[in-house]
Amino acid sequence: MAGSSASQQVVRTGAGARFVIYTILILFCLYYLVPLYVMVVNSLKPLGEITSGGMMSLPREWTLAPWHSAWSTAQVGVEATGLRPFFLNSILMVVPAVALSTFFGALNGYVLTKWRFRGDTLVFGLLLFACFIPFQMVLIPMARMLGLMHAAGTVPGLIFVHLVYGIGFSTLYFRNYYQQFPTELVRAAMIDGAGFFTIFRRIMLPASGPIAVVCIIWQFTNIWNDFLFGASFSDFDSQPMTVALNNLVQSSTGVKEYNVHFAGAILAALPTLFVYIVAGRFFVRGLMAGSVKG
Amino acid sequence: MGFLDIRQATKSYGALKVLHETDISIEEGEFLVLVGPSGCGKSTLLNMIAGLEEVTTGDISIKGRSMTGVRPADRNIAMVFQSYALYPTMNVGQNIAFGLEMHGVPKPEREKAVAEAAELLQIGHLLDRKPGQLSGGQRQRVAMGRALVRDPDVFLFDEPLSNLDAKLRVDMRTEIKKLHQKLRTTIVYVTHDQIEALTLSTRIAVMYGGHVQQLGTPSEIYDHPANMFVAGFMGSPSMNLFPASVAQENGKAVAKVELADRSTVALPFPDHAEMARHAGREIVLGIRPEAITDPDGSDRNSASIHHFDANVEVTEPAGSDTFVVTHMGGKEVTGRFRANVDVRAGRTFKFAVNMDKAVAFDPKSEERISA
Repeated sequence: MAGSSASQQVVRTGAGARFVIYTILILFCLYYLVPLYVMVVNSLKPLGEITSGGMMSLPREWTLAPWHSAWSTAQVGVEATGLRPFFLNSILMVVPAVALSTFFGALNGYVLTKWRFRGDTLVFGLLLFACFIPFQMVLIPMARMLGLMHAAGTVPGLIFVHLVYGIGFSTLYFRNYYQQFPTELVRAAMIDGAGFFTIFRRIMLPASGPIAVVCIIWQFTNIWNDFLFGASFSDFDSQPMTVALNNLVQSSTGVKEYNVHFAGAILAALPTLFVYIVAGRFFVRGLMAGSVKG
Repeated sequence: MGFLDIRQATKSYGALKVLHETDISIEEGEFLVLVGPSGCGKSTLLNMIAGLEEVTTGDISIKGRSMTGVRPADRNIAMVFQSYALYPTMNVGQNIAFGLEMHGVPKPEREKAVAEAAELLQIGHLLDRKPGQLSGGQRQRVAMGRALVRDPDVFLFDEPLSNLDAKLRVDMRTEIKKLHQKLRTTIVYVTHDQIEALTLSTRIAVMYGGHVQQLGTPSEIYDHPANMFVAGFMGSPSMNLFPASVAQENGKAVAKVELADRSTVALPFPDHAEMARHAGREIVLGIRPEAITDPDGSDRNSASIHHFDANVEVTEPAGSDTFVVTHMGGKEVTGRFRANVDVRAGRTFKFAVNMDKAVAFDPKSEERISA
């Protein structure tokens, strides 16, 4: 009620309506920022301050010890390695998986729009279908596949799983983007003497910035945050960050070190935050470019 | 055998035949314009020459070499597209050099060729810009530069001027004509604009419904259209086409035409011996607006000027001329009067018809009756 009358007034009057709108926006900001605040402040205080009930208060004694512990000394599973080796596992998994799924998505999009063949819409339909298959359904077949490939429990195995799962989405993004890319440019390049891959590399890819950013953010976030595949297809030495974080929280014996858990959770979330901040401003632009016309 | 030969070429998409058997032979240095309304098959034919579309049956050869199975890149052709098709991420210089680079021309030679083409088209100062920073006319020049630099056997233009505004279009038209006169290259040019076709070409192929309706020089096409489609499509305002009947009067063949007031005028054919054979026959008479004038504005060199009185229905002053509308044979007919003639709508006025310029068509087949 207040919202609708405010949005009608904002065009004509201003001041009063703007007050209402800003109040609502600030409330929402607080609503979203409070969890982050809780995580940050509690990761910077000794455990005693948390257990004595001061969840919302600023630390009386500032300390980086929980961060240090979460990163390199905390008990994860059976060994006291901290999250560091698993962070590295996640990086080793996510970088090739994102790069490969984006590249193949671009290549698929290029073929499906500029080198069309009989049955191409069916192929595209099947790729789209891959986007909607629930994770749980592929667990057992994928385990069998990885076994046959001798890649079970390894980082390359995880890369393969995420690549297969990611190609559906990346193809969808690039195909819709390239749909609007003028075919005359491809024809001009053909007459100029460029071949299939030269056109892709010299004409299509340089013009794909916005959609590549969208695709990279999407894939990075999904693959980095994935827990199910990581828990199902990794061994102890190939576990990604998300699984290790879970183990960190679960495997504490005796006292629950909440401050260490908070620090670990922030560490696990930092890379996606970083990607959003660096590439975020291209995100909406690229998303629009790919979706206005299907 | 010509420089570029199209022999019995057809194009079908499944059961749909978009181009019927077509034969065109082009000499070196000719400027052939393919003109026709949308969907007439002209762009398809151009793409077939370029190798972007396959020839369904028949053959296309350049310099005596069959192009069947030859990739576009290996045909030694260059093409200017309607959208210019400039590579958006490359600057102008890279755009122009791209074709040479793909054909393995070394860098120093590339740069020399780009500089020459840029000089010719006066775009030297734009070489470092991206296509997005150029105006329509500049993009057009870059697109032509990209074609020129390759020094191809045949230039293909696909409606290159239709994205420009009217003034620029006329300027670029003149420029293309100058370029052709200077370089003497072989050009195949597609347009739907009949004025472009008439001004640029050495020969025109008028196309409609997947058939070449007529192939000839601009004056052949304009003065002796092969059928009613060509007559109506070429020329602006278009040729007046109205029913008439052929009769013999005083030993001369005449066309009898009914005016708006039910009276009839008899317009004698200059080649009466020929037309006399068609006496008694219903025809469609075609007379261009510039052959229907005020009496003093008629062609003094013609021996076949005939006068009649008719009611003026509308006058359309167009600055240099005034277009005057009346009715002949139940159809609206436009005449072109001099601008200073005091002609008013609703009055009767004397019209002069130059029968040298009249053509007769068969109403059923729509073909011209040989005269």
